Formats: sequence, structure tokens, C-alpha cells
Amino acid sequence: MNEIAALLEPQIPGLRRYAWALVRDDEAADDLVQDTLERAIAHWAQRRQDADLRAWLFAIQRNLFISELRRRKRRGSQVDPEILDGVPAPDPRPDEAAGLRDILAGLDALPEEQRSVLLLVGVEDLSYEQAARVLGLPIGTVMSRLSRAREKMRRFMDGGRGAVLRRIK
Amino acid sequence: MTHERPDGPPIGEDDLQAYVDGRLPASRREAVDAYLAVYPAAAAQVALEAEQRNLLRARLSFKAQEPIPARLRVANIMADQSREPRLPSRAIAAALAWLVIGIGTGAAGMAWYERLAPLGPAATADHATSDAITAYRTYVGERLHPVEVAADQEAHLTQWLSRRLGKPLLAPNLTAQGYQLMGGRLLPAGSEPAAMFMYDDGKGNRLTVYARSGGSGEATSFRFEVQEGVSAFSWIDKGLSYVVTGRIDRDRLLSVAEAAYRQFDALPQTPAGGKL
Repeated sequence: MNEIAALLEPQIPGLRRYAWALVRDDEAADDLVQDTLERAIAHWAQRRQDADLRAWLFAIQRNLFISELRRRKRRGSQVDPEILDGVPAPDPRPDEAAGLRDILAGLDALPEEQRSVLLLVGVEDLSYEQAARVLGLPIGTVMSRLSRAREKMRRFMDGGRGAVLRRIK
Repeated sequence: MTHERPDGPPIGEDDLQAYVDGRLPASRREAVDAYLAVYPAAAAQVALEAEQRNLLRARLSFKAQEPIPARLRVANIMADQSREPRLPSRAIAAALAWLVIGIGTGAAGMAWYERLAPLGPAATADHATSDAITAYRTYVGERLHPVEVAADQEAHLTQWLSRRLGKPLLAPNLTAQGYQLMGGRLLPAGSEPAAMFMYDDGKGNRLTVYARSGGSGEATSFRFEVQEGVSAFSWIDKGLSYVVTGRIDRDRLLSVAEAAYRQFDALPQTPAGGKL
């Protein structure tokens, strides 16, 4: 019992940060983390002993998040983040024009897959191998997804201004 | 986005990303530095990406610094789980591949799924569960003749029950879960026969593994049910309806059900000798 706590609890701050970045709501984020921990504890015995605990936990959490996303989408209460891809960025507000656009808005402009890879690698410091396991992708796909995510983020933070220019590069 | 260099593989986007993440080995980093010195546009992009990476980290760092809420303490979660399962607010369906890596089947994940969202109740499984619990109550307390054929004739027992059910059966080995086979018996189940194996943990705690025709029912995930202190996990697979029953807590019973599921699942569908 104590062993489980000793292994799980150091992972909680990172899980909370990843959850919050995904759902952007304190309560909902901690609900997600709680579901993740419950699931991990319930299936502790089935965890492969040599498996990477951190990657396992983040995979559980991300899978839970995705399932919830799909469920809401079926109910029609969630806009598909991909739909936003074609929407031009809104006119920059004064603070944005001054280069102060919130980086979180840039994160929101990404499809979930790109958001997750950016968070897992760039914020949670998962290795590319760990991120590949979490996302269930080959490592090459993780790298190109990461590349696309950062490119999109760059363009977004540029306020849409550079989008036209970059398209012809 | 590659660049021919005589002294190493061309620079790829994976190199540039690893450069941004500070994950390149020194030798490769030098190669990328040399590349970026020649291509200022790429250098500007890399610098911007690194800056945005830092911005995002800084923006999110507050969350990891907050004290952990009490409800996320592992001890508190475990205490909650040993009571009745909480009904989580979010239904969580698929994507359980990771969870089941360790056990090689979808059983654990499906069990969880059923707990959250009891969908598509298979009437067959419901009946089987009630019958199995009734049989459990009837025979587990039986002192003189809990089983019809004892474990020392296991081969005969499984052959006999397989023949009567018309499907290959086995008495799952539950030694790893702490239970030894006592034996088994044939039971009536409506117009069909059912098979029941009984196990004992050496301290007088018994559980049963029950099987009968699952009708035309599709394979289902695990279903969990408690009737007056007797817990049961049931599922349908390959035309048979299975129920594992006992007076033990949910998690321990689940590990038994998973072990049984694995062993039944691994059973060849064409029995050796074709004697059915």
C-alpha cells in the first residue's frame, strides 16, 4: 500500500499540470487526475513490472481525456478542435499586437494530438520514447507531430500575420 | 528540411526538435549548430520554438507547484475504493490498450468500462449470474458433498463437463490467486446443462467458476454484480457464459476472473481427439 503511494505521489504534480493544460479548469482537471489514479491503483497488479510507470500513468490519463472528448463530441457539445484549423486567428487585441498573446491560446489552437505531444515532451519532460508509448505512435510520427505542433504554435503566436508568408516558403 | 553534410547524416526535423528540447548528444548538436549558422531562417525558427517552449513551461509551472489536494492522496483514494466503487463523473470507454498490456487481454479494461457504463446488458449473462449465485449459495455451504467429482479426477471431470456442455472446458488454475481446485459438478440450467468448479483457499473460503451455453450472445465484457454479499463477475466468450462467484472483495474477485478468462480464452476450440 505504502509502496503504491510512494511510487504514485511523486507523479501527481505533473499529472495535474498536464490535466489542467488539457481541460483548463481546476476541478475538472483534478477529476481527471483522480480518475487516473483510481484506475492505476485498481490495475496496479496488472501493471507490467518493467513498464515505465510515468508513461503508463500519462497514457491512462490521456486515454481518459480522449474518451471524454469523444463522448462529448457524440453529444454535440464539443467543437471538434480540428474545425478550428481553418479559422483565421482573430484580430489581435492591443496587448497581443504588442507580442503578449497568451501562450495558452496558442496551445488551444492546436489539435489535441499536437497539444499532447507538445505538453508531454516540452513541459512534462517525457522522453520521445515515453511520449510515443503514451500516444501509441511510432517515434518517427511523434517527432513529425512535434515539429508540426511547434510550427503551428509559431504561426499562431505570430498572430496570423505570418501565416500567408510562410505558406509560400 | 535536410541538409547534406559530408561528416554525418543530413540534418532532419527530428534533429531540430531534439535541439529545441536539449536532447541532442553533443556531437549531433555541433552538427546542428553548424547547419543553423548557414541557414539563419532555420536558426530563427529554432530560437523561437525554444522560447515558446520556455514560455509554456513557465505559464504552466504554477500547477505543479500547488499542494496536492487531499482527494488526490493515494491513501484517501485507496480508502474510498475499498468501499463501494465510486461512480465517476466521466464515462471512460475505450483506449485501454495500455492497461491490458500486462495481462494480454481486454478483460481488465472492459471490467472497468462496465463498472462505469453498464451498457448492453446481455440477458443471457444476467440469468447465468443469478443461477450461478444460487448454485454458489447451495453448494458452497455443503459439508458432505460440495462437489460431484473431486479434484483428484480433474482430467475426467473436465472431459465429462466439456462433453455435456458441448464446448471445451477446463478447470482454471487459480493457485496464483490462492485457490485450489476442490472439484466440480454438473447442474441443470433451464433446458441445458451447466458446469461448476469449486475452489478453496485452505481457510474455508470458497469460490466457484460457472459455465454454460451463452446462446448466440456476442462476446461481452466483464459485468460485476453483488447479491446479498455474494459478488460475481460474468462474461460471455466463444459461445459460453461464464460466472466467477465468491464472498470476496471486488478486486480479488476480479483477479480471479481475469485468470479464468485468460485460461478459457487460451483453450483450443477444437478439443484434442475431437471426443465432444
